[in-house]
Amino acid sequence: MSDNISSSRLTDIDGWGRSESLRSIARRSFQFFYDNYFRVEWEGLEKIPDDGGALLVSNHAGAIPMDAPIIMHGVEQHLGRPVYGLADHFFRQIPVVGTMWSRLGGVPAHPDNAYRLLRDEHQLALVFPEGTKGTSKVFTQRYRLRRFGRGGFVEIAMKAGVPVIPIAVVGSEETMPILFKINSLAKATGLPYFPITANWLMFGPILGTAISLPAKFKLRVLDPVHFNVPPDQDRYSKSRIMDESESIRLTIQENLYDMLAHRGNPWLG
Amino acid sequence: MGRRVLLTGLGTFWGGKVAQSLEKHPDVDVIVGMDVTEPIVELERTEYVRADETYSILSRIVDATQVDTIVHTFLVVDSTQMKTKRLHEINVIGTMNLLAAAGCAGTPVRRVVVKSSGMVYGCTGRDPLWFLEETPRTDPPETTIEDSLVSAEGYLRDFAQDNPHVSVTLLRFSNVLGNDISTPFTETLSRGIAPSIFGFDPQLQFIDEDDVVSAIEFATSANVPGIYNVAGDGLIPWSEVAKICGASNLPLPPFGTEAAASILRKMGLVKFPPEILQLLRFGRGIDNSRFKDLGFSYKYSSLGAVERFAKTKRLSKAIGIPRSPYTYDKDVESFFHHSPSVVRSTQSDSTSDTF
Repeated sequence: MSDNISSSRLTDIDGWGRSESLRSIARRSFQFFYDNYFRVEWEGLEKIPDDGGALLVSNHAGAIPMDAPIIMHGVEQHLGRPVYGLADHFFRQIPVVGTMWSRLGGVPAHPDNAYRLLRDEHQLALVFPEGTKGTSKVFTQRYRLRRFGRGGFVEIAMKAGVPVIPIAVVGSEETMPILFKINSLAKATGLPYFPITANWLMFGPILGTAISLPAKFKLRVLDPVHFNVPPDQDRYSKSRIMDESESIRLTIQENLYDMLAHRGNPWLG
Repeated sequence: MGRRVLLTGLGTFWGGKVAQSLEKHPDVDVIVGMDVTEPIVELERTEYVRADETYSILSRIVDATQVDTIVHTFLVVDSTQMKTKRLHEINVIGTMNLLAAAGCAGTPVRRVVVKSSGMVYGCTGRDPLWFLEETPRTDPPETTIEDSLVSAEGYLRDFAQDNPHVSVTLLRFSNVLGNDISTPFTETLSRGIAPSIFGFDPQLQFIDEDDVVSAIEFATSANVPGIYNVAGDGLIPWSEVAKICGASNLPLPPFGTEAAASILRKMGLVKFPPEILQLLRFGRGIDNSRFKDLGFSYKYSSLGAVERFAKTKRLSKAIGIPRSPYTYDKDVESFFHHSPSVVRSTQSDSTSDTF
């Protein structure tokens, strides 16, 4: 028996719980749907840097939103670098789902986690500042952006000294449109919202949860926003944060309207 | 003049180990160790004083021995060792009395080093993956052990504020693994069982027992006031820890976990108390960079600690290494320490490893 300790890992699970091998299996199986079902088209992917930290910020929609896996898939395939998806800690608390989510690059959206990813590890992180306010909108409200939280994403980017790269996504709203919500059931089940979706009416509750409608996805990467403030300050001016946050929100909103104006049929693009 | 050190918990694993390592320091003149139980390791020049756990006679000892440094290793971090009432007495009342004695008027004490645990950060789904020393807890403590550690640290913070002339160092350790130490983790893994919560595979952090002793020794010799996380580099998923140790997975239900665990505890299958069960859900990382920046270097990473533990366990299973045969005998120890007929090594020789 050898005397020294090998210090070799048995798995490739990183400090965030992400496994590149599981992620690549997931990418391989998702590729077909990405190409043929959602027929994803990107504009401006070259604006996302090959190295260094950056915070990707996008609009968020669909009862079970497909925008997250599509952005992560697209950027990872194009740049060959991991994207960590920041999401509500709610996922982390669900057995099996939480573990799979973290193996595939999910990270609880805590400011400390985001800072460490961006500042110390120079990674790409994806965040949806609307949170569940975006995904829980009913279909009549589609493509109208919700409040961008309290601008926390701007503050983290300032602190970490990285740019925010806004992404406008068209298609997600149509994949699982919410017709109405039942608040009492949301309370009873502990879910953030309890939607009745078009998918449910078409396919029933089980298949309707699993099947997203084949909306065509178009994504536009917008110009990176640099804040030109020194990193690692204890706090930044709240009014500056809210201004930047609101201006990023408006830029995404305007681009969405522009993309929608040029879109013909939501299913054919 | 050399250092004069008072050590609490000499009869415990950590107290004994730290005393052994301090004995090798030529600049440490006097080591006085307190405990209710006798030392379980062989000591050369450490003086053992039997004292009750809440240190009611401590101020007299401090006064008589004129110690300048107190090393408080006797904070209980394993709630399976004793009843909650005794745990409260030791951790809360003990620390309170200890600090009261150390802070009385005209005290000779100039340095206090305390061994605490990363448990003070708690463990919830809303926590960050890594805790810095100043990261606050998310929820108030629910278990006696966490509550008592938080209270003890509170007394220490007050003490540091009230006694600016005393250098106070607080070390928070992550989960310890080692061949000699007994913790819920080592006990359970040695039996080849790795309880888990179905559907969860948390990221855990470990530290080797040798690194714990060197960290306490480091903080005792260097003047490094402040709070420090002490833990091996990196995090490892619990399933991988189990695999390395050759332990088989024993999944507990994700709902009603505590109820299921309490049945298995009664059957003697699972030794994990509630605070460690919670770790099996969300894990915990404590950022060790501040202590590293002081110049402390770890011998083992988290993974290294797990691998070393697994290897020594395999070895002791194969050849059956017996436990240390040492037992404390008061008369014999007193003879070695005080009899004029014992030829004692000089200070400079005592640096050699005579263990």
